[in-house]
Amino acid sequence: MRGPGFVALLLLAAALVFGAARLVDNPYAFFAGYVVLQYVVLATAWNILGGYTGYVNFGTAAFFALGAYTTVALHKLTSLPLPAMMLAGGIVSGAVGIGTGYLTLRLRGTYFSIATLAMAVVVQTLITNWSFVGGSRGAYVVRPAEVMGLDYVQYLFLLMLALAVIAIATARTIERARIGTGFAAIRDDEVAAEANGVPTLRLKLIATALSGGLMGMAGAPLPYYVTYLDPASGFSLSYAVNTIAMPLIGGTSSWVGPVIGAVLLGTLQQVASVTISSALSLLIVGLLLVGFVIAAPRGIIGWFGK
Amino acid sequence: MTSLLQVQGLGKRFGGFVALSDISFDVADGERLGLIGPNGSGKSTLVNCLCGTLRNESGEVRFAGHSLAGLNAHQRIRRGLARSFQLPRPFGTMTLAENLRVPILYAVQPRTGARVPDIDRRCTDLLGMVGLADKADRKPADLTQIEMRKLELARAMASEPRLLIADEAMAGLSHQEVDEILALLLRLNAEGVTIIMIEHIMRAVLAFSQRLVVLVAGRKIADGAPQDVVREPAVVEAYLGS
Repeated sequence: MRGPGFVALLLLAAALVFGAARLVDNPYAFFAGYVVLQYVVLATAWNILGGYTGYVNFGTAAFFALGAYTTVALHKLTSLPLPAMMLAGGIVSGAVGIGTGYLTLRLRGTYFSIATLAMAVVVQTLITNWSFVGGSRGAYVVRPAEVMGLDYVQYLFLLMLALAVIAIATARTIERARIGTGFAAIRDDEVAAEANGVPTLRLKLIATALSGGLMGMAGAPLPYYVTYLDPASGFSLSYAVNTIAMPLIGGTSSWVGPVIGAVLLGTLQQVASVTISSALSLLIVGLLLVGFVIAAPRGIIGWFGK
Repeated sequence: MTSLLQVQGLGKRFGGFVALSDISFDVADGERLGLIGPNGSGKSTLVNCLCGTLRNESGEVRFAGHSLAGLNAHQRIRRGLARSFQLPRPFGTMTLAENLRVPILYAVQPRTGARVPDIDRRCTDLLGMVGLADKADRKPADLTQIEMRKLELARAMASEPRLLIADEAMAGLSHQEVDEILALLLRLNAEGVTIIMIEHIMRAVLAFSQRLVVLVAGRKIADGAPQDVVREPAVVEAYLGS
């Protein structure tokens, strides 16, 4: 399918999702749906670096929280509309992505992953000690009741839905473009890729910028969603764990994998949080991940040929 | 004939170990050069320095009249300097045809500044040249050792190089398979590609090379016509002991 046709189909799917959520006629549908969509964006963003180029990033929480804290700072300084703040959050996290990439991309495999984890700790420490955005006490964000006649939570849901469409369209475009071939060559054999003309450093920086930027954009609406944000929740390890588990369970070789993984795992966690306990939701992730690593190492899409 | 590649005083060390010291030689346009030397003599290090995978500390490499100083590997292949790896390094998750797309998209297209028309056809043609056309949609894991070597050469050729460095493309192959690769390299040369062959199989090197360069312990000890070089006392000593 050509790009424009695919985007049209995505938009149609998004409209159906929004319509369905309204039909449920329960505000909780939007609360829970927002989280699932947020994970669709995070998992898709993670997969651009982790799945396509093979660099496993454990620092999702840092990029995500940087987006959220950009919003906190902008909320105190300005009265920008939320979409503009999301863009700002994306730029900040994308820039941090490039910086981290420049410093760490000479590391391979586990060493790169450890470096991203360390980066997350450093960023969290900085934010925790920056009193302007609340420091360790946390920051309160009072959100309006509605925007343009739309309930604010529905508005947040809609924004995240739009971001999910953007993220999926970006991932699929990369997959089919020349740059996707370059990413795959880096994942398979970086030395051979460079020897065959692939500008490996530049492509890896593009991947970290895109991946980090999308994560930042996903985090930007968070302060308005939770209305109280502290470093411990913004930088929660569960973001990093979930964001790695979702593409692995869905499959990393195509844009479909992270989407399937995020919808499946995200929904399961929401259901478990309500029906059993919220502590159990991370246990589910762990069990599923172990199961998939053993039974389906190529994820759910690995079951369907390719 | 004019010089395509000029190596002048090239040196490379790893910590305190001198891997290459003061290596100088020229390769003429269209020439077939054999590069030989015992294990550990620095042949692969030299290839890595020429192709930009490693940086040489001293000396200069000029290609087609331009210095290659400071250029990365991907910039060098774009100028027409390609290599095959001693141990084949295929892109494992891609089909054979997709393997060839990489240098076409990333070396040929940036060089010419235009889209290569009908890339699929070009990939099939290149695979046909090495007898792998019927396996275009297979993954490298399905290949035999010699097919893997052929893929390696086809991928290097996909970049449309002016100079191809074949780093032990025949090691571990049978007598007949060596002849197959040899015929392939001679055909490429006849089409105008300059080739440096690095090889231990003397039969192949002598059949192929117009000139031989011998490395021993990181130094060039001989350079000349193959029949003369293999009789030089220093070369005989390096290979057979005194």
